Amino acid sequence: MTTRHKSVVKGGIGTSVLRPDGGPKVVGKFEYASDLSSGGMLWGATLRSPHAHARLLKIDIAPAVAMVGVRAVLTQDDVRGEPLFGQEEQDQPVLCDGVARYWGEPVAVVAADDEETARLAAAAIVVEWEPLAPLVDPDKAADEGSTFRDLTVKRGNEAATGSVVVEGFYETATQDQAPLGPEAGLAVPDGLGGLDLYVTSQWVHVDHRQIITCLDMEPDQIRCHPAGIGGAFGSREDISLHIHVAMLSLATGRPVKMVYDRSESFVGHVKRHPSRMWYRHEADEDGRLVKVEARLILDGGAYAHTSRAVIANAAYFAVGPYNCDNVIVEASAVKTNNPPCGAMRGFGAVQASFGSEMQMDRLAEALDMDPLELRRRNFLAAGDPLATSGQIIDGSLPTLAVLDAVESIPLPVDTIEDDPRLLPGGTGLTTPASSVVRGVGYAVNIKNLAFSEGFDDYSEARAVMTTGGVEVHTAAMEVGQGLVTVCQQIARTILGTDDVDVVWDDTSQIGSAGSTSASRQTQMTGGAVHAASVGLRDKILEAHGGDELLDDGVYLRGELVATIEEVCADGPVENHVRFRHPETFPPDENGLGDIHAGFVVSAHRAVVDVDPELGLVRVVQVDTAQDVGKALNPQAIVGQLEGGTLQGVGLAVMEQLVVDDGVIKNPTFTDYLIPTFVDAPAVNTRVIEEGDHFGPFGAKGIGESPTISSTPAVVAAIRAATGKDLTRVPVLPEDIIGI
Amino acid sequence: MNITITVNGEERALDVTGHESLLSVLRNDLELPGTKDACEQGECGSCTVVFDGEAVCSCLVMAADADGSSVTTVEGVASDGHLHPVQEAMLAEGAVQCGFCTPGFVVAGSHLLESNPHPSEMELKEALSGNICRCTGYGAILRAFDTVTGEGS
Repeated sequence: MTTRHKSVVKGGIGTSVLRPDGGPKVVGKFEYASDLSSGGMLWGATLRSPHAHARLLKIDIAPAVAMVGVRAVLTQDDVRGEPLFGQEEQDQPVLCDGVARYWGEPVAVVAADDEETARLAAAAIVVEWEPLAPLVDPDKAADEGSTFRDLTVKRGNEAATGSVVVEGFYETATQDQAPLGPEAGLAVPDGLGGLDLYVTSQWVHVDHRQIITCLDMEPDQIRCHPAGIGGAFGSREDISLHIHVAMLSLATGRPVKMVYDRSESFVGHVKRHPSRMWYRHEADEDGRLVKVEARLILDGGAYAHTSRAVIANAAYFAVGPYNCDNVIVEASAVKTNNPPCGAMRGFGAVQASFGSEMQMDRLAEALDMDPLELRRRNFLAAGDPLATSGQIIDGSLPTLAVLDAVESIPLPVDTIEDDPRLLPGGTGLTTPASSVVRGVGYAVNIKNLAFSEGFDDYSEARAVMTTGGVEVHTAAMEVGQGLVTVCQQIARTILGTDDVDVVWDDTSQIGSAGSTSASRQTQMTGGAVHAASVGLRDKILEAHGGDELLDDGVYLRGELVATIEEVCADGPVENHVRFRHPETFPPDENGLGDIHAGFVVSAHRAVVDVDPELGLVRVVQVDTAQDVGKALNPQAIVGQLEGGTLQGVGLAVMEQLVVDDGVIKNPTFTDYLIPTFVDAPAVNTRVIEEGDHFGPFGAKGIGESPTISSTPAVVAAIRAATGKDLTRVPVLPEDIIGI
Repeated sequence: MNITITVNGEERALDVTGHESLLSVLRNDLELPGTKDACEQGECGSCTVVFDGEAVCSCLVMAADADGSSVTTVEGVASDGHLHPVQEAMLAEGAVQCGFCTPGFVVAGSHLLESNPHPSEMELKEALSGNICRCTGYGAILRAFDTVTGEGS
């Protein structure tokens, strides 16, 4: 008899094990969607609307068709299935259906022998337009009832009043996810009339549903494969070129590749909704919130995408992680001729958090109270009702702990060095150290985990024991966050072996994993892998009468009773699960109810140096404390906290898509500024581990939380430094100077 | 026109058009897709290569101008099957997430350390400020380079 040779796997949960795709990525061998090619491949290109709103009077494709090397030119007339697509609401034509409703809307697509010919051919198509007046003012859209969703939340007593009242208007700009990897895809005919599609995505199954509907094909004729992703942040949750590249491949019978260039990427994916928000907070003399009222308008642009869910998040997190018994929120996602908006990291909570946290600072000022103390007097905890929906918080919610933890991080030394590289504006500008003032600001946020409002949210996974190790199958999209590592870690811990491979199945091989969004994959696909692994382990133990599974076989009271070869004598042993989170419900007539599956909180503290005369800001340090439930991979968590925090800093001081009369004026990396290495503040992180009520080992998703209160913390710090009443992000020099 | 480029130590002859970039030739003609195409404006550094001893954005170099040059891409940074210390450190410190910026950081960073093996934190940040990372917030990248230069723990 062999006795137990080890009991602890390497690379299980709680370790900062290396990610399996890291090796190929550092040597340039990892295959992104834009790197794919296929024999005899054509290139696709898109003709886009030059108007934000216009009637298409006439389109002449003949000049493009006549060009040497052009193999197909397609318009909306060539869409053989449903003419409209959309994840939640099918309202967007595959190609312009007679009216262009936003600047850059796809009008026609071309396939040609090479990329340049395809682009030239698209440009050769002659379109006669009748420009129409674009609706670009979100307030006007709201007044006219041009909305995707209006949601009113009414809780408590409308007539309640507090003795201290603060009121304000706030705005956030359009932020672009700006993932470095562009939208890209390859469609390959299967020889039987169907296609294999390799397109950048966050949710291949929801793509698949839309694609087959518009192509009028059977589900098994199209297979959507997870393809290598260069970042996502929400930008890939909706369809971009998927249907176009499939149509071109079907029309030509050849493989077709499409890749957006950067300017096209800026118009080719949905963005973070710009917002206009009015808030009124009333508190008693001790600073306890009595009533919060808010009117939130988020501009969804021309098509629905996920605006219905985004506006719900804005509404439900409009008060932040605070107790308040009386709340009225009126929220609208408006429909305009601006660029379409949808998912971006934080998903509605970012905008609302900016408004509500600015209000908390104003309230602290009105009460002559420390802003942290005000937050501590109102913090929301597990067992409390969420101020908006009234839902009792079921899982963990360490709001006070994240505030305490972020406050405990040491502040940077309080000397402002006379090195131009470390001064606001950097070497190109002329701030002297003596002009610089420092400010410190705090903010805290709450957001939901996974899908809400009664959505049937699930993830499928299959764990397979083979003589060559364990395979974990899923269609969940790895977008860079490290899901692949977490899935391995969970399976290793449960199945007692280091040897775990994650296999990305296509849409024909496994059911949906849901979207890589809503901070949900660690809990949902992680939960599915956990359940699949537990089921597989128990099945094997039961079959062989053991009490422990290790990497060489089944043990009973420390003695080997069946080797892995014996376990797999009849072939691989597998267990397939569909994992769901606790049931959620749609809101009642007052917008109340058990709407969310779980919640996550985090807090930020920002330290900034400001030159008030030139209006320049240097973000020196932004610290964050994060509620993680259970830290499955500490290093990956730090990566999410640092990266998420910097995207929030970007929105606070530099990132905005400039949209004028519906036209994007800065769709390049030259003009849309993203924080660089020298812009990035030092970030110190702390994690709070209080296990949640669902998900593997009590872990929570933390993809979005670190972005949300980063922005208001930075703005609070600038306000503290300057005394300026800043109400809009990004904060620009003119806002600080006051011109 | 016909040009010859020494890429990762290997001489490659090819026929290019007048408007093709070095980036396009590397990715599409020489089958070296490790060099990434993300902005084509020289803003993001994803396409960084070492071109005749200088780290440059290959999207801004005309292929025709590269005739007779020597180019090192990310595929040529590891040698004899051994990762460069920068590659090892980026892996170990979690500096690779989506990885799309990684080839640019590997090339620009390993090139920097050849001429300046012990850059200060500010020198390092300035030298790599032409390489945008959208995922990590740069913290893990900084820690990775610190371990290579001996600044880190």
